[in-house]
Amino acid sequence: MSTPVIQLRELVRTYKTGEVEVKAVRGVTLDIHRGEFVAIMGSSGSGKSTLMNTIGCLDKPTSGTFLLDGVAVANLDRKQLAKLRNKKLGFVFQSFNLLARTSAQENVELPLFYSHPLVTLRDRHERSVQALEKVGLGERRGHHSSQLSGGQQQRVAIARALVSRPEVLLADEPTGNLDTRTSIEIMGLFQELNESGITIVMVTHELDIAAYCKRMVVMRDGQVISDTVNEKRRVARDEIAVLNQAEEKAKLA
Amino acid sequence: MFTFIQIQLLQVWQTALIALRALRRNKMRSMLTALGIIIGVASVVAMVAVGNGAQARITSQVSALGQNLLMVFAGSKKSGGVNSGLGSASAITLEDASAIQREVPDVAAVSPEVSVTAQAIANGRNWSTTVVGESQDYLRIRDWKLAAGSMFNASDIRSAAKIAVIGSKTANELFGPLNPVGQSVRIKNIPFTIVGLLESKGAGMGGANQDDRILIPYTTAMKRLTGDRYLRSVNVQIRSSDRMDIAQQQITSLLRQRHRLTSEQNDDFNIFNQKEIADTVNSISKIITLLLGSIAGISLVVGGIGIMNIMLVSVTERTREIGIRIAVGAQPGDIRLQFLIEAVTLSLLGGLIGVLFGVGASHLVGMFADFKAVVSSGSIILAFGVSSVIGIFFGFYPAHKAAALDPIVALRYE
Repeated sequence: MSTPVIQLRELVRTYKTGEVEVKAVRGVTLDIHRGEFVAIMGSSGSGKSTLMNTIGCLDKPTSGTFLLDGVAVANLDRKQLAKLRNKKLGFVFQSFNLLARTSAQENVELPLFYSHPLVTLRDRHERSVQALEKVGLGERRGHHSSQLSGGQQQRVAIARALVSRPEVLLADEPTGNLDTRTSIEIMGLFQELNESGITIVMVTHELDIAAYCKRMVVMRDGQVISDTVNEKRRVARDEIAVLNQAEEKAKLA
Repeated sequence: MFTFIQIQLLQVWQTALIALRALRRNKMRSMLTALGIIIGVASVVAMVAVGNGAQARITSQVSALGQNLLMVFAGSKKSGGVNSGLGSASAITLEDASAIQREVPDVAAVSPEVSVTAQAIANGRNWSTTVVGESQDYLRIRDWKLAAGSMFNASDIRSAAKIAVIGSKTANELFGPLNPVGQSVRIKNIPFTIVGLLESKGAGMGGANQDDRILIPYTTAMKRLTGDRYLRSVNVQIRSSDRMDIAQQQITSLLRQRHRLTSEQNDDFNIFNQKEIADTVNSISKIITLLLGSIAGISLVVGGIGIMNIMLVSVTERTREIGIRIAVGAQPGDIRLQFLIEAVTLSLLGGLIGVLFGVGASHLVGMFADFKAVVSSGSIILAFGVSSVIGIFFGFYPAHKAAALDPIVALRYE
């Protein structure tokens, strides 16, 4: 088996809030390989968000090791972490986090703006259009986020996460602000991207959203309590087809 | 391919575009913030211009006195006491004047001066004016020109000729629009022939009208009008301005010797050094300009604090945007540069508009004051440079604050 793209060994992250020391993550060991689609689950306070922030190189572990694509993250400074995020990671957030009053395309181009070596304007343009087409928004690249629905905004965010061709796509409750049908569509997009070879790690507390993933990791009190292959995997494409059929019927009737 | 520097420049340029867009989004706020700098720069430029203008005006008044001029005035006459009892000279005489001419090597020309106020009668009119006795070199010493006719010459002095050169104001009072040259004027019942008309010179340093006077040979004045062997003063022209202090010392020791003053006694004459006056006036007006400039400079600093204030607000408002940028890979330096460019753009914009306003205000002052405000390119460059330095200085803390944000916290910021 190839080396894992994410390798966690006895990872610990503690916070100090005043006098009290909070152990958010207490000794997590986890390997995630290329092409996986992992759901990290748990109730709030289980440490899943802290784990996600660490994997996202937004935070550094207190102890233990974290290798991202073979690179030990704990020894890097802010500048190097920024480079790593830019090159190897794509982020999708619950609240989309698009820049306001900025077009979809400019939002997608944002990571390329900060990449080293610099991407030329033409390449930026091409790659952002490609990424937007991949998420089905090629037509709406000039729209501002306020002119897009929640589902469309999340697609723009996914395009932004894809544009720098990252090793891993990190999604933090990506469907948390979306209705059921749009959630299924977004999960369908994730499944499509995963089939095309992109590694996805997703944090969620909803079991029915985690059900679209290939592997489920459950956390409680800062530790992994179960790590299983998802046997009964939901397929978004089929479900949407069923929904569409039902709609057609309703229209005819 | 790109060189490293080109890439850096491109990055800066693109960051500048982001900054400009952010400023455009808050047009009103950006303008109000820049207003502090606008006022600061405008007042620096205008104040320095007004100061320079006033200085130029005073300097020209001083140099209108003539070139490299020393004026030796008789001291106050002593009445009673031992000294006068011994018969020592208490005033300057013609002999003193010729001694100065003879014995001080740097003297170019000397004009002994006597003056008397008298009623001048001509053309059926009369006018009270100052009649001044001078030598033929007086006009050269005072850098004064004739509007018509000629000056009396050395032989007129020797013969104590009854001829006169008339000031423009006096001529106007006596003859109106008539050409006074060739006309006759009676002073103390003595008829004088007018041979020349002086060019108008306007008010002198004391405010007295220099054009209201009649010049006659000093010999004539002493013989016919004052009947006195004492002079009011001696106008002395020195060959070059850097010899003036030495010449002043030499004249002082010469006169002290001639007047037989002991080392305990004070000078019985005063020497007015044109260069000294000019230097004093210059240094005073420089101090005033500096003072005005620094008061205006304080408002620049206040403007800078305004920029810092609004940049801090802007950083807080855009915490989430900063978080997003950091999350997708912006390095602390990129964020810092973005906000620094915003601050510098604000202050440079303010500087540019401020220079325009400052130049405008200077012209306005020039229209109302009796001197022209002189806008110096130095003050413009200085104000502009200072405003950009202020942008960097006061923009640095907010930019640093933005760059130091924790992305996790920033992304959750509401």
